[in-house]
Amino acid sequence: MLRLGRAIHDAIVAHARRDHPDEACGVVAGPVASDSAVRFIPMINAERSPTFYRFDSMEQLRVWREMDDRDERPVVIYHSHTATEAYPSRTDISLASEPDAHYVLVSTREPGTVEFRSFLIRDGVVTEEPVEILDPAVDQHAVQTYMFGQTPTSVVYDCPSGN
Amino acid sequence: MAIEVRIPTILRTHTGGAKTVEGTGDTLDDLFRDIDSRHPGLRGRLVTEDGGLHRFVNVYVNDEDVRFTGSLETKLADGDSVTILPAVAGGALGFAAAAAIGHHRAADAAVPADSPGTTTR
Repeated sequence: MLRLGRAIHDAIVAHARRDHPDEACGVVAGPVASDSAVRFIPMINAERSPTFYRFDSMEQLRVWREMDDRDERPVVIYHSHTATEAYPSRTDISLASEPDAHYVLVSTREPGTVEFRSFLIRDGVVTEEPVEILDPAVDQHAVQTYMFGQTPTSVVYDCPSGN
Repeated sequence: MAIEVRIPTILRTHTGGAKTVEGTGDTLDDLFRDIDSRHPGLRGRLVTEDGGLHRFVNVYVNDEDVRFTGSLETKLADGDSVTILPAVAGGALGFAAAAAIGHHRAADAAVPADSPGTTTR
């Protein structure tokens, strides 16, 4: 299961819409020892293509070093498909190189509909997982300590396989 | 003094889980051969059978992407730091399919080197 804050979910979708019809890509970093995706990092698609993406190698070095320095890892790696469904292509699968990451795919083929799905890709095997979008239980601009001890409201988008 | 090499998660199966290893060599090619003698199989993940750098592996010497400094012929000096990062890449259309229809400038060069039945460069 991928749990993601509403603001980060919305930022990923906005990035995908903004770069349409080219594919958009990026990372959400989080603490190494956790599975929590908290720092949104949109990346340049060096291919600037409607059918490919590749992180710019120098930007990737800078971002990966920064994550190292902050004891973070890429918890989510996202990209968009702009004319096809939000499901990993053969290329996505063969090039997946972060076995611990949640691979998020967004499809922007329908202007009015959000397709937002998450997958684990390990040794060439794709496993879809549910995505839970977390809404803060109180006003987002409120001081964060007000949220201590509260349960966030959430919406679970279950995937067909139900795992 | 030796050259430090930072190993990404996916290749740490070759280094017993170590994040960094040390090696020596006058060029990147020498360094990879030296490391491979202690961590067998690592070089094969970085260098193709044709002797070129894998297209979807990024290698940096200090702050430079070696694609711009001579690839495997890049000169090294004691104290240099080498970082290996798998490229983060993909896309809706299969690279092989794209190459077949000549859809994209990157396509013919972008076939994963380990794909069966494909050639690179």
